[in-house]
Amino acid sequence: MQKKKLVKETYERFYRSIYRIRRAEEEIARIYPSDKIKSPVHLSIGQEAVSVGVCEALRPKDVVFGTYRSHAYYLAKGGDLKKMIAELYGKATGCAKGKGGSMHLIDVGHGIMGASAVVGTTIANAVGFAYALRLQKKDSIVVSFFGDGATDEGVFYESLNFAALKQLPIIFVCENNLYAIHTHLLRRHKDADVCGRIRAFGIPAEQIGDNDVFAINERVKAAVSALRAGQAGPFFFECLTYRWKEHVGPNDDFHLGYRNYEEARPWIEGDQVRRLATLIPSQRRALIEAQVEEEIQAAFACAEDDALPEARELLTDVTGD
Amino acid sequence: MERILSYVEAIREATDQQMAEDPSVVLFGLDVDDPKAIQGTTRGLAEKYGPERVFGTPLSEEAMTGAAVGMALAGLRPIHVHIRMDFLMLAMNQLVNVAAKSRYMHGGQVHVPMVVRCMIGKSWGQGAQHSQGLHSFFMHVPGLKVVAPTNPYDAKGCLIQAIRDNDPVIYVEHRILHFQKGIVPEELYRIPPGKARVLGEGRDVTLVGISHMLTECLRARRYLETTDVEAEVIDPIWLSPLDIETVVKSVKKTGRLCVVDNGWTACGASAEIVTRVIEHLQGEREVAVHRMGYAPATCPPTPSLEDLYYPNARTIASAAYDLVKGGRNRWLPAEREELQEIEFRGPF
Repeated sequence: MQKKKLVKETYERFYRSIYRIRRAEEEIARIYPSDKIKSPVHLSIGQEAVSVGVCEALRPKDVVFGTYRSHAYYLAKGGDLKKMIAELYGKATGCAKGKGGSMHLIDVGHGIMGASAVVGTTIANAVGFAYALRLQKKDSIVVSFFGDGATDEGVFYESLNFAALKQLPIIFVCENNLYAIHTHLLRRHKDADVCGRIRAFGIPAEQIGDNDVFAINERVKAAVSALRAGQAGPFFFECLTYRWKEHVGPNDDFHLGYRNYEEARPWIEGDQVRRLATLIPSQRRALIEAQVEEEIQAAFACAEDDALPEARELLTDVTGD
Repeated sequence: MERILSYVEAIREATDQQMAEDPSVVLFGLDVDDPKAIQGTTRGLAEKYGPERVFGTPLSEEAMTGAAVGMALAGLRPIHVHIRMDFLMLAMNQLVNVAAKSRYMHGGQVHVPMVVRCMIGKSWGQGAQHSQGLHSFFMHVPGLKVVAPTNPYDAKGCLIQAIRDNDPVIYVEHRILHFQKGIVPEELYRIPPGKARVLGEGRDVTLVGISHMLTECLRARRYLETTDVEAEVIDPIWLSPLDIETVVKSVKKTGRLCVVDNGWTACGASAEIVTRVIEHLQGEREVAVHRMGYAPATCPPTPSLEDLYYPNARTIASAAYDLVKGGRNRWLPAEREELQEIEFRGPF
């Protein structure tokens, strides 16, 4: 009986998280042509399961570093939705006071460190953060999110090597959506076996192939438990997933010809938002959805009304002096 | 009792004292814990503070710079050491795109207190990739601070300031300055950003010397003493933020400015200093300016060409003389043994 309740709560928590991300991004896509959003947006629609599966395995004090495709993990880790939408609108109430934009979301209070627009960049920052946590004798762990494109970068391999050398409390999560902008993994690497490359560094690496939010959560939870128990890190997960929308912007891009809808179809049919929805009784589901819709509406309404930063902000926070 | 320490000892002492005082200070970089201990600047620190706080790294400049940023974000105060400034080119993404911008682009939610120690090499055939003074690259970028101490007193005070500073600081050393000796108090003290120092006053020409070129300017001043030309020598100490007011005040008096950089002149620190002085004084004071720096070429290792590559005390004196007298006077003082090595010991 107890276990059944726990499962029910888990389903609802997962659904609330994944539905919130999907709907927030759908609203962003809907509003985007109005030009009210003053920031390029890299949508995670289709990939949310990775963020939700991973972040649901973490504690509030654990820390995530990520990429410019930042909305999903920011929200999944507990980031403030109002501050995120305000940031996209360039408002002073944004999480970076309107000075970061969609590619640089941050919410330190919820363990979400700033994202970077330069591929691979935050992997090294995450490794350094993990080093500090251990030196400070904290039991928090770090997750570093990045895409398959980052596995082309030199800094990625340098960071893996150092994390392995120092056995750091960090979990690397590669969201492999097959494409770096429009270029397929196999046009960038002779061998698509990402995990094979990682194992060469002495790091346990595992591929999770079907974008299954529960499978991702189970595997990451096991790694988190191992790290908390003092087992040597790091761990590496390659999560296969698929981006439904264009690389940047709110639209579909199958007309471009670098990929086709047939490739996307199984991922769309396996949509984790719809899957989770079917696991929840319809009344509960309606309630969760209504609450999320209300939160999203409120966030956009605030972003519309909030003030833009004042002129003095131009030169504020260049340095600390 | 005034204590005399070398520049190397001053750096080591500042690091040691900061590490003793604050457990969040960590020190790493290629070879910081090897037998040579970065010319001695890190000697004994690995033994004293342990391998978690003092460690040699893989040859991974970008990742280790990024790791320093991550450590700083987590509340540590990392010092990352590079035995050559040239190697910073491998870390530019982390320095320029992340360290410099994090505070601003994240709306002040974070700051990045880190020190990047790097050394400019000269002579012994250092050549193309062991000799570059690239401080102006970093002066260009808002969010970074740049300091180039020229004597042991400042080496200690600037390093303590850099470690305590809540922004990333590029701390520029020069291999030849490592041999300098001078008065260094034992207690902790800081040399604050944005304050230059006038070293020797003079009425006719203002010489601004950067890094090792400051000592060449001091020697040039001595050569000029045999003429009727009086030079005022200024050490900017901090290149970013730059204390332009002290230079302006001097040039207002002398009407002549010669900036001697330990780097190329094109788009460099000398261009910046000259421009800002003119912006301040135009319409008020007529100013004659001159810039000196590395020859616009790649540094050659062979002595016959390397000698021509760098400004030196005699060529600086000659240029200053021309600036004061007007035209080309072809005055070049003969080499004087007693001016070969000049140390400016303080106290300041």
